[in-house]
Amino acid sequence: MHTDLLDLCRQMRQDILEMIHAAGSGHPGGSLSCVEILATLYFDVMRVDPTKPDDPNRDRFLLSKGHAAPALYCALAHKGFFDRSLLPTLRSLGSPLQGHPHMSSLPGLDCSSGSLGQGLSIANGLALAAKKQGRNYRTYCLMGDGEVQEGQVWEAAMTAAQFGLDNVCAIVDNNGVQLDGTTAEIMNVEPLGDKFRAFGWHVVGVDGHDIKALQLAFQLAATTKGRPTAIIAQTVKGKGVSFMENLCAWHGKSPNQEELAAALAEIK
Amino acid sequence: MKDVKYVPQRDGYGYGLLELCKTREDILVLDADVAASTRTNWVRDQYPDHFYNLGISEQDMVGTAAGLALGGMIPYVSTYGVFLSGRAFDQMRTTVCYNNLKVRFGGAHAGISVGPDGATHQALEDIALARVLPNMTVIAPCDSEETRKAVIAAADLDGPVYFRFGREAVPVVTDESTPFQIGKARLVQNGKDCAVFACGAMVYEAMAAAEELAKEGISLRIFDLHTIKPIDEETILAAASECGCIVTAEEHQISAGLYSAVAEVVVKGCPVPMEAVAVQNSFGQSGPPEALMEKYGLNAAGIIGAVRKVLERKA
Repeated sequence: MHTDLLDLCRQMRQDILEMIHAAGSGHPGGSLSCVEILATLYFDVMRVDPTKPDDPNRDRFLLSKGHAAPALYCALAHKGFFDRSLLPTLRSLGSPLQGHPHMSSLPGLDCSSGSLGQGLSIANGLALAAKKQGRNYRTYCLMGDGEVQEGQVWEAAMTAAQFGLDNVCAIVDNNGVQLDGTTAEIMNVEPLGDKFRAFGWHVVGVDGHDIKALQLAFQLAATTKGRPTAIIAQTVKGKGVSFMENLCAWHGKSPNQEELAAALAEIK
Repeated sequence: MKDVKYVPQRDGYGYGLLELCKTREDILVLDADVAASTRTNWVRDQYPDHFYNLGISEQDMVGTAAGLALGGMIPYVSTYGVFLSGRAFDQMRTTVCYNNLKVRFGGAHAGISVGPDGATHQALEDIALARVLPNMTVIAPCDSEETRKAVIAAADLDGPVYFRFGREAVPVVTDESTPFQIGKARLVQNGKDCAVFACGAMVYEAMAAAEELAKEGISLRIFDLHTIKPIDEETILAAASECGCIVTAEEHQISAGLYSAVAEVVVKGCPVPMEAVAVQNSFGQSGPPEALMEKYGLNAAGIIGAVRKVLERKA
């Protein structure tokens, strides 16, 4: 499983770069930083069945950082929710692969997203519905570290703790870089773990590119009762492509032909 | 119009929710710390399993409601319309309407009649903000009884619904037997000289205006245009064509509310002179509700003035 997941991550990185290159726009940095998180969730942790995308008992995933849509589309395609041949249509007119996820366009999406800061509230609502209906699905919400500058995230953090939503797991893709610069220089969000802890959450810190560590973190989340879990995943923006890593310039820029070739060479 | 009963519209919201919660497991009521104002405290007290207080966090409340709807529940999110449509507009737009979710927005304290709390609490832009959103249904009932009916009728409607209703006790002009159909303007009284399309408490004011004007032989055809979106084009065009002029009346800014919604239909299908009774591009202020309504021209006298003006233009 572990080796397979490493292969899958390599393939996802390749797909992400090719899709964004083909589209001529998109967000490589924050897509590449969450590849292992998505691969671990969709191929090891979450109970989802691509033949039953609307199963009311399925685990839910909310990509609150909607600009990482290419990474999510890759995970869904590899999982079998739709054909991989759709991937190169990203962002083109009429494509179900919208620039930011549009739920009703594509099977496997649990919600639309793109306006930052909203996913955790939605995850809480789904988790409340699960408790109400006696269903045991879990909801996972992936946020960016820049995203937690949105005030709604902290409203939702209070709500999850207030209602004891132990079926909610938030993951922060803590890559340290946002569109205009590093989070440290734009609007410092640290110490993230302490903040969630102060809001009543169970917090797990993890290397967000270490699949074994992620698997363990998700297990800890699932076995923690009475309060929600936040996984603070230390990641590298643009992970895997040396000239993209840790640079805000690659937050929302498409690689040209030359850059794509150089990037793919590094990944293979 | 003697012996008219005065009841706050928000009571109708509370009664409607109680009726729904009595029989249905999937109805949930959310509030943002104003449950005693919106009457959702009635649900809290009688059906506690159906009620969540999200605290003072409108954006999170709407997002949470979206999640509940994705999970198969039908949430009624409730707070003052000014905060619901303003503070949580992006959540309403991108999370609820874009996904076409069955979230119901209870926008309380609509209009200037909120009174002493002043401009910050008087929702005068909420019809505009709600009706511009794709997939949204917008309902502004005329009294407490119609509010009750709307809350119940909207439960199973596809997609999101925004209700607006006022704070103060206002005349009850409908009863249990009065028909109510979402999307269908209700004929209040027939007439031939001028059509009046009103919503909320302005429906009663139109009826009072008609009584006065009848003394001069002017007859008004009054409609309760409770559903502002989707709008009843057929009824509006028929009235425009048969009466030859229209007055609209609403407790809302003149821009982008009921007046605009009616005008959009009229210019397309049957252009006739129109006049609006509405707030004229200004904020409200503190004061007794009735005094405010008079100051801003939102009463029978205002409607009478608008009818005279439009009749001159018609002739």
